[in-house]
Amino acid sequence: MDNNRFLDIKGLNVSFYTQKGVVPAVRELDLWINKGETLALVGESGCGKSVTASAIMRLVPSPPGKIESGEILLDGKDLLRLTEKEMQEIRGDRISMIFQEPMTSLNPVFRIGEQIAEVFITHYNMDKKGALAKAVEMLDMVKIPAPEKRVRDYPHQLSGGMRQRVMIAMALSSPNPGLMIADEPTTALDVTIQAQILDLMRELQKSIQMSLLLITHDMGVVAEMANRVAVMYAGRKVEAGDVYDIFENPMHPYTVGLLNSMPSNEKYRHAGRLEAIEGNVPNLLEIGSGCPFESRCRYAEPLCREKFPDVKEAGNGHSVWCHFAGDIKFI
Amino acid sequence: MNPIKIFKAGNDAENNAAESIWYENWLLLKKNRSAMFGLYIIIFFVFLAVFAPVVAPFDPYLQNIDLRKMTYFSWPYILGTDDFGRDILSRIIYGSRISLVIGFFAVSISLVFGSLIGLISGFYGGWFDRISMRVIDIMLAFPYILLTIVIVALLGPTLLNAMIAIGIARLPQYTRIMRASVLAEKEAEYVEAERSLGVGNMELMFMSILPNCLAPIIVQATLGVGSAIIESAALSFLGLGAQPPTPEWGLMIASAREFVSNAWWIVTFPGIAIVLVVLGFNLLGDGIRDVLDPRLKD
Repeated sequence: MDNNRFLDIKGLNVSFYTQKGVVPAVRELDLWINKGETLALVGESGCGKSVTASAIMRLVPSPPGKIESGEILLDGKDLLRLTEKEMQEIRGDRISMIFQEPMTSLNPVFRIGEQIAEVFITHYNMDKKGALAKAVEMLDMVKIPAPEKRVRDYPHQLSGGMRQRVMIAMALSSPNPGLMIADEPTTALDVTIQAQILDLMRELQKSIQMSLLLITHDMGVVAEMANRVAVMYAGRKVEAGDVYDIFENPMHPYTVGLLNSMPSNEKYRHAGRLEAIEGNVPNLLEIGSGCPFESRCRYAEPLCREKFPDVKEAGNGHSVWCHFAGDIKFI
Repeated sequence: MNPIKIFKAGNDAENNAAESIWYENWLLLKKNRSAMFGLYIIIFFVFLAVFAPVVAPFDPYLQNIDLRKMTYFSWPYILGTDDFGRDILSRIIYGSRISLVIGFFAVSISLVFGSLIGLISGFYGGWFDRISMRVIDIMLAFPYILLTIVIVALLGPTLLNAMIAIGIARLPQYTRIMRASVLAEKEAEYVEAERSLGVGNMELMFMSILPNCLAPIIVQATLGVGSAIIESAALSFLGLGAQPPTPEWGLMIASAREFVSNAWWIVTFPGIAIVLVVLGFNLLGDGIRDVLDPRLKD
């Protein structure tokens, strides 16, 4: 089963060394994605999702960031042991990434065709003409109308949805697309475009058998896209499992809170207000050895403050890190 | 949304192919009258400089003792002659060659080296940044003209050395501007996006970030040509730049300043030429700044 894991993160720790102290952004994170599978990494802002993505790309800004320990195995090869030059060859080749802000993720002074062509020139040693022809092909693939004209456009001439398509086209242009990291790919887009982009990503993923790490805080997107879900809170993984298990039988109070704050949740079918998780993410500088969710958890006991819980398995790969998982009756 | 784009989209179906940003900026610049006036002045002087042997009525070095200090409009010496009987118009026309070369050469030095230092120190930071910025601070602590004079004094008073001195003394401005834009630009998302596509540092620095930092540098360079011309005239006036009998405008003013009371045209016409060229570059520079400044756009 392990052989099937395309990406396998073991015990990843990432810290930021700030003037106020060491911020543990990601702690003891284990994460894996099988070939052709979609893993959704869920959690609210500041919980370490994007840092995890940067760590996989080895693009954690350093200083102040530092990958302290752990292994990131891509197809069995530990990315953290590669030289910068070897890593550079993997970026855009085996792993590619889509960013949150399509409005600013393209270089404003170059035509989009040139920017896509750049990938082909870098990774395939193509000449400029051939690369531009490939760029047209890629734009067609992500369903941009009149691609042969659009290649000559500058980013400011495209809408947000179109730019995100261009970003996807660039990400898919890699020679051996094995893993795509999508860091909140639809957050900045409006709802109709969101659905189109998600459809497109799913379709393309199916056609080239690529693994997808989908980073989001939108449980609706998770339900639509993911095979498996990992929920992060304050740098820790708190629950992980099959998407059905997570939605049908959430065991961590935080996961329950996330699901309850979804407008499409059955609870709200007959009006009523949305439920919020009270409070904010704790300051990572002040987290002790206990469960990070303790301060916001309505089921917290003194034990929670003292000790980070051990994993509890609920079968079918569903694991949860909560002292009272399974004991709590969620209202 | 700028009106030109709407116009294009609405009326010109064939022109739907995207226009480059530079072309769009050019269209905006064309609407700025004072900038275009400045550009015409510059083009006029460039024309004079290129075709000096054809345009100039006389040899600028030709002395004629019988025709000394002839007043203006004394045919065929339209602007009169100087104290050696040389035709002032011809000397001014030939002088435009020298002034423009000085302007562009001095600016090129500060532009190339200043931007390069600014680009590297902004992009990499670290010890290179700290050292280069301290050197720049020291250079900025000197009064500008004094720094230029010191460099010329070290190198020796020739026209070439004056250009180099002006270029070096103006370098800190370009470094500062470039470093500031690079610091802002390298945090942009497209830089991270390109990194994630496997783009290396060198390519990022020169191919992605540099083109995005050009706008303020172009403005600075355009304005800089004008000031470099003034400064070279000042250096020549002080005897530290061009040496006689070179038809350099500053030198022409300097060598005739004793006649200012009885033959004012010898001093005045080269002065007007300086004013015109510098005005041209300043108007154009201001116009370019208006076009490239995002706050004035849209």
